[in-house]
Amino acid sequence: MIEIDGLTRHFGSVTAVAGLSLKVARGEVLGFLGPNGAGKSTTMKMITGYLAPSAGRITVCGHDIETDTLAAQAAVGYLPEGAPAYGDMTARQFLAFIAEVRGFKSAEAKTRVAASVEKTELAPVLDQPIETLSKGFKRRVGVAQAILHDPPVLIMDEPTDGLDPNQKHSVRSLIRAMAPEKAIIISTHLLEEVDAICTRAVIIDRGTIVADGTPGELLARSRYHNAVTLTLPPAQADAAVAKLKALPAVAGVERSGRNGVASLTAFPKSGALLIETVSALALRESWAVQEMYAEPGRLDEVFRAITTSDAARAKAART
Amino acid sequence: MKYIWPVFKREFAAYFATPLAYVFIVIFLFTMGAFTFYVGHFYDNGIADLSVFFAYHPWLYLFLVPAISMRLWAEERRSGTMELILTLPVPVWATVVGKHLAAWAFTGIALALTFPIWLTVDYLGSPDNGVILASYIGSFLVAGSYMAIGACISATTGNQVIAFVVSVVVCFLFTVSGTPLVLDFFHAWAPVALTDAISSFSFVTHFTAITAGVLDLRDVVFFLSLMALFLTANVVVVDMKKSG
Repeated sequence: MIEIDGLTRHFGSVTAVAGLSLKVARGEVLGFLGPNGAGKSTTMKMITGYLAPSAGRITVCGHDIETDTLAAQAAVGYLPEGAPAYGDMTARQFLAFIAEVRGFKSAEAKTRVAASVEKTELAPVLDQPIETLSKGFKRRVGVAQAILHDPPVLIMDEPTDGLDPNQKHSVRSLIRAMAPEKAIIISTHLLEEVDAICTRAVIIDRGTIVADGTPGELLARSRYHNAVTLTLPPAQADAAVAKLKALPAVAGVERSGRNGVASLTAFPKSGALLIETVSALALRESWAVQEMYAEPGRLDEVFRAITTSDAARAKAART
Repeated sequence: MKYIWPVFKREFAAYFATPLAYVFIVIFLFTMGAFTFYVGHFYDNGIADLSVFFAYHPWLYLFLVPAISMRLWAEERRSGTMELILTLPVPVWATVVGKHLAAWAFTGIALALTFPIWLTVDYLGSPDNGVILASYIGSFLVAGSYMAIGACISATTGNQVIAFVVSVVVCFLFTVSGTPLVLDFFHAWAPVALTDAISSFSFVTHFTAITAGVLDLRDVVFFLSLMALFLTANVVVVDMKKSG
C-alpha cells in the first residue's frame, strides 16, 4: 500500500532522511521509532505530500505522491504532529469542513462525521471551539479528521502523545480495530506502545533504518532476552550468585538491591533457556525466593544500543 | 470550483468567528468617514459627488488590507494547520484562490457598508450614480490587488508582523509609482519608455481613471492581471516552501 524507495531529504546542509526504503502492506501497523531528529516526522511529511523529497520515490496505493498528488492524498488519512486544527471552529464545523474538502456531499458528509465522532468519542464536545478543548480532545479531533474518509492508508505522528492512560487505551483500541483493512504507520516515543499495537517496528536513526522487525524480533536482540531475574534476602545473595555462575548455561550474573532484598539477574549464553534450570536450582538450594521471572527483553535497551543520543550526534558533527 | 468553494467558505466564516471582522469593519468605516469629512472637507466642497471619498481609498487600503492579508498564510504556518491544508486532496492553486476570494469578499462587505455616504449625496444633490458605481468597482479592484500582493507576501513567512510591514511597503510602491516622488527619481536618467512603464503600474493612476467615470477595460484588466500575477506567485511560493 505504501512503497518508499531511496527517500532522501536535505534541509540546507543537514540530511534529515538518507536513502530510506520501506514497504508497508495492508494489515500492518508499523511503529516508527527513533530518537528526536532521526527523521520520523520528515518521512511522514513526505509520504503525505507536505514536503517534497530531495530524491527518491513514494507511492501510496499505486499513486506517486509527486506526480499524482491528489489521488495519493485522497487515499491517506494524516494526523500531523501536535494535531493542528483551526482553533476558532467548533469540532463539528471542523469535521464538516474536512468532509466537504474530501468531496462528500451533505447527507454522506453527515454520516461520515457522525461515524468518526462515534469512534473517537467526541460527542460531548462537538459544539465547543477546538481551542477551548483539553489536549486529549484536541488530539481526538485530529484522529477523527484523519479517519473520516475511511482511508486505506493512515499516517499518525505521535497519536497518543500527551494523553492520559485511559485516552491512550481508547486511541490504541481504535487503531487496533482499524488495523486489519488498512496500512498504518504511527510514530511514537513510547516503547510500550510498540508492544501494545504494532505488528512491525522500524527504528530509524540519522535518516536511515537501523532495525526492522516484529516487536518480538527486536526484543530478541536485547541482552535481557530470556534472562532470569529473581529476588531473595541479601543474606542468601552471595551464595546464590556463586551457584548461578556455576550453571553451564549462564553467561553472567548482575546484582542490584533495593528495599532490603537482593535482585539477581542471570544472563543466558546465546540461545539458552534459563528459567527451568534456575528454578530447579532455587528449589534444590531452598532459597527464599520472593520473585522470579524470565525477561522477554527490554525494548528501551535495544533502542539505546542501536541509536545514537543527540549529544553523541552533536559531538560527531563537531569532529 | 468544487475545490475552491469549501476553502472559501471556511475562510470567510473564520472572519466572523472572531471579533476580527467587527473590529475591522468599524475601523474601516470610521477611517473612511474621518478622511472624507475632516481631511477631504466633503461638505465644504459643495459638490454632489463622492470623488473626495474615493480619493482616499488607495491610501487607506494601504494599511487596512495588509492587516487582513498578513494572517492568510502566516497564521497557518504558525499554528501548524498549513500541514493539514496542504495534505488534504486540494490543489494548491485552489487554496490560494479560495483564500484570496474570501479575504477580498470580506473587504467587499466592509466597502459596501459605506453605502450611507452614497445615500447622503443622493439625498443632498443629484450625483452621477454611474460614476459612483464605477468608483465602487474600481475601489473593490484596488482592494483585491492589494490583497493578492499581501497574500503572496504572507506565504513567505510565518511572522505576521513581517508580513504586514513588507506588504505595506510593496503596496506603497505600487501606489506611488505614478507620482513625482518615484517618477522624478527616474526622469533624470531613465529612458521615457521605462518611466512610462513604471508609471503605468500605479494603482492611483488606474484608479483615478476609473473614478473619473470611465470604466475603461484596460484599467480593469490591469487590476485583474495584477491579481493573477501575484496569486500565481503565491502558488509558486507555497510550492517552493515544500521543497525549500
